[in-house]
This record gives sequence, structure tokens and C-alpha cells, in this order.
Amino acid sequence: MIEVTSLGCGYGAVDVLRDVNLRIPAGEMTGVLGPNGSGKTTLLHVLAGILPPREGRVRVSGRDLEGSSARWRARLMASVAQNAAVTFPFRCLSVVLMGRYPHLSRWGGYTEQDLEQAMGAMEQTGTLALADRLINEISGGEAQRVVIARALAQAPSVLLLDEATSSLDVARKIQVFDLLLEKNRGEGTTIVCAMHDLNLAALYCDRLIFIKDGGIALDGPTQELFTSQNLSEIYGTRVMVSQHPVTGSPQAHFVPGAALAGGPDSSRSGVDARGSR
Amino acid sequence: MKPGIPSREQVMRGERRASLRFGLILAVMTAVVIISAFAACLFGRMEIPPAEVGRTLLAGFGWDGGQPVDETRRLVVFDIRFSRVLLSMIVGLSLAVAGAVFQGILRNPLADPFTIGVSTGAAFGASLAIFLGLGAQSVLGFGLLPAAALAGAMAALFFVIALGRIEGHLRRDTMILAGIVVATFLSALISLLKSLDEESVASIVFWVMGSFQGRGWTHTLFALPYAAAGLVLIGLHARELDILAMGDLQAVQVGVDLERVRLILLLGASLLTAAAVSVSGVIGFVGLIVPHLVRMTVGAEHHRLLALSGLLGAVTLLWSDVLARTLLPGGEELPVGVVTALMGGPFFCVLLKRHKRRIGL
Repeated sequence: MIEVTSLGCGYGAVDVLRDVNLRIPAGEMTGVLGPNGSGKTTLLHVLAGILPPREGRVRVSGRDLEGSSARWRARLMASVAQNAAVTFPFRCLSVVLMGRYPHLSRWGGYTEQDLEQAMGAMEQTGTLALADRLINEISGGEAQRVVIARALAQAPSVLLLDEATSSLDVARKIQVFDLLLEKNRGEGTTIVCAMHDLNLAALYCDRLIFIKDGGIALDGPTQELFTSQNLSEIYGTRVMVSQHPVTGSPQAHFVPGAALAGGPDSSRSGVDARGSR
Repeated sequence: MKPGIPSREQVMRGERRASLRFGLILAVMTAVVIISAFAACLFGRMEIPPAEVGRTLLAGFGWDGGQPVDETRRLVVFDIRFSRVLLSMIVGLSLAVAGAVFQGILRNPLADPFTIGVSTGAAFGASLAIFLGLGAQSVLGFGLLPAAALAGAMAALFFVIALGRIEGHLRRDTMILAGIVVATFLSALISLLKSLDEESVASIVFWVMGSFQGRGWTHTLFALPYAAAGLVLIGLHARELDILAMGDLQAVQVGVDLERVRLILLLGASLLTAAAVSVSGVIGFVGLIVPHLVRMTVGAEHHRLLALSGLLGAVTLLWSDVLARTLLPGGEELPVGVVTALMGGPFFCVLLKRHKRRIGL
């Protein structure tokens, strides 16, 4: 589904990603993990076709992203950003309907079917009750779920989520990820999500990609990679791993006061220089 | 289904109610526009009874009911008052719609053709064309003066956007600041051009403060093709404007061809501004206030916002102009830009205060 070959990219004079090679087959649920500034968001932007690569290429569904139209990409892939702030008083239903934009005919408006799709997506994310409310007047978590509904209304084959649930409470996080899992297992939607929450990633993702210092540090099945040694090395703090009492997935535990003792300083400074990308 | 969660039917009903409400407001506003256009023709130095004004107006449209009307009255009511009323409405509509587009596309609640320097850019373009003796030329029915105003508007716009950009991001406050700098500089250049041309101070005031004094049918026909072209471009992209108002990133994510659509919309708004400025000079704040008032009433969805902003803009400038020509005793006229600035200045301050935290001033 997604093929990344010797990718290099960045902003201005800064190189963020270097020589990244990646294959994500259709129907996989993949978590992209790594410290702040490692390049997770940048990778998602490149996969979404928003940031053009400087070197190498990205193919989605057998087609090169470079030179593809925004409309074609939006029919295939939907993205949810971390904080989709909205200042204008749009009604939430209008925001979700925007997800139908790539499916509209050139001169036509939203059809009954588009409205049904939009309302369906709002039902799934529990936002139908907000349909008539203004998006700048609801809470940040609610607005985030409305934006997730918009991505679902796009009816994409690939969903790219960048910390999409960070601003949600625990129950909402589980709700959204249950829904994503359902899309993944039921409809075969390919899902790539950049996450900070290690345990959430371990609970839901089949495969993990760890990014550090602009390159892929580790890439493989969750069960194999999610070890105390790997996590401690990647994040530069002591991490213990145990089994989840219900699902059996690995879960991480952090140890207070371990960051300074175990953290490799060299990588830290490199991260700071690139800011929060 | 859990209680308290609305069904799809309820949401659909809510949608239909909102559409109905919008239709009602649209109908009322249209009626207000028509009534205002008639009522404004009653005001003037020559006392003419309302019934006569009505009859003369109808006669002007070629429907005199078999009774010929007095030629002087026809001249005063139809050719002087009504043509000016129509022109002020076209200009008001253009400025308000342009303001709504600039606010949406630049995601800046303080943007309007005046505050971001586009109006003054258009005025400079027009002044330069007149200075070079191109003012009265026309090509294929399109007057050159609005074309020069358009060039000035676009140049000012791109200059302001370039100035307001910091590390690739267009900041709201710096953009307004850049707009004011560009407007002030260009105003000075206009004054200089006019002085070199040995024209009166009144002509400078016309371009800088805006006025409809002595304007009539020729000017209306002059501005109309440009305003119409701008409205068509914008009307065809109202849905994209909604999406652009969510931010560039989200717009690309749902499949908007960002560069192309943004250019078309900026061109459309600049066309409207150029049409307005080339016949009336720089009139501030109409494009700022009107879209805000409409957004507070019907929300930000642009097909509704644009339609109602156009109508409200037309009515607002129409009555501002009536005030401008009747306020002073003894028949002296105020520039209409003075009236809109007197109303708009305080409004701008309120907006600035309300958005202060958000725009980081």
C-alpha cells in the first residue's frame, strides 16, 4: 500500500528525515513512535503528500505521490492532526461534510448520500449531538473528535493520525482506538498513527516503527520490539515491560528519576536543535 | 440508542430549519435593499413628494403609465439620485464580499480591503493610470481605470503578504501592521502624484477618503463588469473558501488544490476591491464590519455569509452615503469614507480588544 524508498526531507536548511525505507502493506495497523522531534509528524506529512520529499520517493497504492493531485490523495488518504484549532464559527456538521469534498463532482453540491456519510461518521465518533453546535464553542476534545469524524467521512483506504487522541480523556482514547481497530479489521483500512502513548500503541498496533534522530531505529511486530531494552535505549530513560493482565500485550512502566542517569546526552541535544518537528 | 443523542432525522430537521431561517433572512434583506433603494432617492436638495419620486423612478425604467414625467425631476431622481444609489450599493456589496473573502482566506478577523492595504493599492494604481493619461481609455468595453486599480490591488496584496510572513507563517497582527504601512506609504504617493498633476486637494481627498460626489451611470457601467467577474470567481469557490478558513494544512488534507484556489479567490476579492475603488476611492471598514455582523447571525458557512454580506454591505454603504450628502447643513458633502470610518473605527477597536489574546498583541 505505502512504499517509501530512500526518503530524505526537511524544512528550510534543516534535514529532518534521512534515508528512510519503509513498506506498509494494506490493512496494517502501525504505530509510529519516538522521542519529541524525532520526525514522526514529518514522516506523516510526507506520507500524506503535504511535504514533498527532497530525495527518494513515496508511492501509495502503486502511484507516485509526487505529481499526484490533492483530490486523488484525499480520496485515498485522510489525515488527522494533533490540534486542529478552528477560529471560525462553523457548525460541526459543516466541518464533517468538508470530508466529502474530494468525492464531490466538479459543479455539484453535497448530496443526500454525503450527508448520510457525514452523519454516520458523527455517530461513530459520538459527535452527532454536536451537529448543530459551533466548533469554536465546544471543548478541544470534542472538536478533535469532530475532526476525526471528518477524516472518517472521507471514506479513506488509509488513515494517518498524528497524535490524534492526545487531547482526549482515557475513555475517549479507548473509544477512538476501538473504532480505528474496527475500521482496520472490518473494512481493511490501513492505519498509521504517530503516538506518544506507548501503552496505547502496544494495545492496538500490530507493528511498531521507532524513529530516532531522523531515521528508523526499529521496525517490526509489536510483540518482538516492545522490550525493556529497546524502549530504554530509544527514549533515554529506564523503561520496564510487563504483560497486560487482560489482553496479554506488553505494557511499559517508567521509573522516576531515571531520565538523567540513563539518558544518552548526545541524542538529546540533536533533538532540541530541531524543535518540535 | 442512548437517550439525549439525536437521531439523524432530528439533525436533518435541524438542517432544514437552519435553511429556512437563512431563506427568511435572505428574503427580508432583499426587501430591505429594494425599499432602501427607493427611500434613498427621497433625500436631496430638491423637495419632491414620495409619490412623484416613485412615479419618476418607474418612468426611468421605461414604465411611465402613459403620463410623461417632468424632465428636470427625471434628471434629478433617476439620473442623479438613483444612479448614485445603485453605485453605492454595488460598491458596498463589493467591499463587504471582498472583506468576507479576505477574512476567510487569510484567517484574519481584522482583514478587510482597507486594513490590509489592498484598497489603497487599487487607489494608487488608478491614480497612476490617470497621471499617465490612461484613465479614460477602454478595451472591449472594459475600462482601463479599474484594470489599473486591479494591478495596484494585487501588487499591494502580494507585498503585504510577503511583509507579513515570518518564517513562512502569515501572522495576523504583522499582516495588519504591514497593511497599514503599505496603505500609509501609498496614500503619500497618491498625494504626491496629485500634487504633481496640479490638481486640487479635493481630488486627493476623493482617492484617500472615498466619495460618490458627482458619480453616476458612466461610473456604474465602468465598475460593473469587474465586480461581476469577481463575484462569479468567488461564487464558484464558496465551498473551498469554507475549507481554506480551516487552515492550509487541513485544506490540503481534504483535497483542495491550495495554490490554485487561493489565487483565484484572492484575484476575485481584488477584482471586487478594484471595481469599488476605481469609482469611489478608498472607503474603509465596510468590508470589516459587515461580514462580522453576518457571521454572528448565520455562522461562517461562506455561501450564506457571502450572500448576506453582499446585501448588508449594499444597504450599509447606501445609507452611509445618504448621511454623507445630507449631514452638513447648506448642501456641503462629506466624503462617505468619513462616515464609514466614524462608524467603523470604534468597531475595529472592539474587535481588536476581543481578539487581543488570540492574535497575540
